[in-house]
Amino acid sequence: MPFGINETMGQYSELFMLLAAGTYTVAFIAFAWDLAKSSKALRAVDLKAAQAGTPAKVPVAAGVAAGSVRDRLDGPADRAERPSSSAARAGGAGAGGVRTADGDMKYAAERRVPARVAVALTTLAAVIHGAGVVTRALGAGRVPWGNMYEFLTTGAFLVAAVFLLSLIRRDLRFLGTFVVGLVIIMMVAASVAFWTPVGHLVPALQSYWLVIHVSIAVLSSSLFTLTFAMSALQLVQSHRQKTVAAGGADNLGFMRLVPSALSLENLSYRINAIAFIGWTFTLMFGAIWAEKAWGRFWGWDTKEVWTFVIWVVYAGYLHARATRGWTGTRAAWLSIVGYLCVIFNFTIVNTLFNGLHSYSGL
Amino acid sequence: MSERVNVKKKQSAPIAEAKAQAALPALGPKGMLRWAWTQLTSMRTALFLLLLLAVAAVPGSLFPQRPANPANVTQYITDHPDYGKLLDSLQLYDVYSSVWFSAIYLLLFISLIGCVVPRAIAHYKAMRSQPPRTPQRLSRLPEYGTLVIPSGAGIPASEAINNAAGILRKRGYRVEVRDADGALPSLGAERGFLKEVGNLVFHTSLIGVLVSVAAGGLFGYSGQRILVEGDTFVNTLVGYDQFSPGTNFQSSQLQPYSLQLNKFNITFDRESKGKFGQPIDFAATVTTKENPDAPPKQELLKVNDPVSLGGTSIYLTGNGYAPVVTIRDGNGNIAMQGPVVAKLQGQNYYSSVVIKVPDAKPDQLGFVGFFLPTAFVNDKNVSFSADPELFNPQLTLNSYYGNLGLDTGAPQNVFELDVKNLTPLNARNLAAGGITLAPGSTYTLPDGKGSISFDGVKRYIGVDIHHNPGQVYALVFALLAVAGLILSLYVNRRRVWVRTGTADDGRTMVEYGLLARGEDHRLAGEAAALRKLFSTEWQLPEESAAEDSAPSQQTPSRISDNVAGSVDNAAGSPTTPAGPTGPEKDQ
Repeated sequence: MPFGINETMGQYSELFMLLAAGTYTVAFIAFAWDLAKSSKALRAVDLKAAQAGTPAKVPVAAGVAAGSVRDRLDGPADRAERPSSSAARAGGAGAGGVRTADGDMKYAAERRVPARVAVALTTLAAVIHGAGVVTRALGAGRVPWGNMYEFLTTGAFLVAAVFLLSLIRRDLRFLGTFVVGLVIIMMVAASVAFWTPVGHLVPALQSYWLVIHVSIAVLSSSLFTLTFAMSALQLVQSHRQKTVAAGGADNLGFMRLVPSALSLENLSYRINAIAFIGWTFTLMFGAIWAEKAWGRFWGWDTKEVWTFVIWVVYAGYLHARATRGWTGTRAAWLSIVGYLCVIFNFTIVNTLFNGLHSYSGL
Repeated sequence: MSERVNVKKKQSAPIAEAKAQAALPALGPKGMLRWAWTQLTSMRTALFLLLLLAVAAVPGSLFPQRPANPANVTQYITDHPDYGKLLDSLQLYDVYSSVWFSAIYLLLFISLIGCVVPRAIAHYKAMRSQPPRTPQRLSRLPEYGTLVIPSGAGIPASEAINNAAGILRKRGYRVEVRDADGALPSLGAERGFLKEVGNLVFHTSLIGVLVSVAAGGLFGYSGQRILVEGDTFVNTLVGYDQFSPGTNFQSSQLQPYSLQLNKFNITFDRESKGKFGQPIDFAATVTTKENPDAPPKQELLKVNDPVSLGGTSIYLTGNGYAPVVTIRDGNGNIAMQGPVVAKLQGQNYYSSVVIKVPDAKPDQLGFVGFFLPTAFVNDKNVSFSADPELFNPQLTLNSYYGNLGLDTGAPQNVFELDVKNLTPLNARNLAAGGITLAPGSTYTLPDGKGSISFDGVKRYIGVDIHHNPGQVYALVFALLAVAGLILSLYVNRRRVWVRTGTADDGRTMVEYGLLARGEDHRLAGEAAALRKLFSTEWQLPEESAAEDSAPSQQTPSRISDNVAGSVDNAAGSPTTPAGPTGPEKDQ
């Protein structure tokens, strides 16, 4: 072992994790406030417009005309079936008259103060969280993903980091409550159910493949977490669009901050494609490592089975997008089922099933 | 697998309804076969089989599996007498070699082949043919734009189309210019053939992985052996404690190399609080010889770091203690001397010991008991091992004499002693008591049956030896699959058409349209990039009212509105419909 254990660093790490979780909680509240407030403001605008007797012409909650004029002239509904570029830009008009956010997910001109506060708080929390991950690594003298506690805390950090990075280019703040909420759940689960003191790795984990195999697994899982959030919102939005299109009441006003179901589907498809490649590498590198450690690259160990199941479910998802009758809602369900398998693989399989991957550190 | 169903999607509702109401035509046996084949190779079936495969794999993680551990399966059936046997008849303990699991993946792969082959042929043809004809109404394409070159620029329609062709060729498009000297020259361009190539490579490689795995099962072999420090393993069938050959294995495949365990070291965690005493390093020093005449070589065998020898890989998979004993029989002769492999039972190397001494005379002797590396007695008077290292090694044994039953030839488990037909000599409940030995001490058995000495402790390791000729190919195919996957997801197959014409006032009008095949979220970006390149080429001013990437309303929307002799007339087929589906339909 090249490095020793540093207990003090481990204690610092836990302090940072606690502070980060607290900050995330405040950020979560701010995101929720943003949804509630924006939704109220939007309703007020709608009401005024209705009283004035003019149908609210402003097509989008964000206040910008979504898509180009041509998009509406050419009938984006026609293109909605073909997920090419224009369809994604269809925005509010494409959602069949239901108000949704800009399909482009570009930042609008108007200021959403609570959302800005929430993003700032999330950034602060992520910085503290990052310090927690780094001190944990320093304390243990190795990569910070040697047991379930570390996998969860590092994974949660990556979820937050990927979310913040994507915010630079896209206005995904509507995902904030969801993503930050999941991060908080992950951190609480790590501290309550899977807490493990800083320690050395068992010999079976002492391999450079731990760095490669597990880091890609954590990263892919983080991306799957984001698409899970999007797919869930997609289902809600799709339901709302159908209800409103059928003349029902719009009871989910805050969903106006969320882009149309189609835009969500397209973006989550793109992220899922990246995550699927990552998961393919997880599977492959896992097999190579298994060959090095156990003498066979595939042995249907419980963890291998579930990693395979997840791979197949997401492969099914990618295929579903090209199958008639399987796009949209069904594809979203597949994405959600895939993520549930990821969670099952991480929690139940690690703790309750006997297998060669029993390294939870519990 | 991808967009071929998109074409069908365009069916309008009335047609679908009419189809549903139409009476099914009678199919002959040939027709039935063709129908079944079409069904099997359809995208929906493939998707269904894929999801079914995921579901079918799950039971293998819920129930113990024979290939992993046959003993667990036997135990499970004993523990669940009500349904244990039923599960066995459903092959739920051999899920991955079961009839139903095999059926699913074989059907899936047949479906895959039935999909890949025609697509490969179609794609080969597509790669060798020219880009599709220029659609009549480019404005119906997902990306569309127009440019106007002022009459003073001196760029006629034919030159503009050639410029556009040059720009597109530089961007990797395959370009065909049509009617270059006519009134309405146009070009068709296409790029991204690697997308479908990647897609085909990915799916073909999956078949390759499956075949490699099967080959490994046919020609490979694996086995186990326990080696005490000082022992030598020779790679022959008798050298193995346990051996599982592949279906086509021949003993001539075994290269007679040898491997001697010199020393085995374990480092224990003495730092962290929660994991105190947990092993953090295993290292076996071994001497290897490629064949009996080869020079010996010193190597280090570790977990995650197997030794490669004679076409096999040797893995460190287990370890434990082997107390060394000397047993004298009733006649005073040494009946047995050497290490006894102690089987791990509990924490801190708490291990069970069974010693069978068939050579003892006049009575055969048997010992059963425990070995503890650091023996402690708790307040309930139960012995336990407080540490994995040898701080207070202790052997506690009961002894028996009589016929061990080894002479009958019936196979026996070396780790178990059947005491049914034996007479106890030492036990806690007997007057003589049990035997407790520290290293260096000797105990004399009652009734002059002999003695037992605890001479010292050695370590042993368990090694797995594997030969799998398929795994290299599996890796190659897996890497190919990933490369294909990345190509199929990130190469964009695009078509571009450009048409030019001269307006009445002498301006050169340019219109262009882009179409993606499959998912392509960057098509708008490509349209914008092309527009920029065209503008630079013809030195057109940047449009100030740049509405992102889809400028269209500022300039005349269709050449036919401005150009003398409309597009429709010029093409000579005014009735041809040219909707956005037009170009896609020719697939």
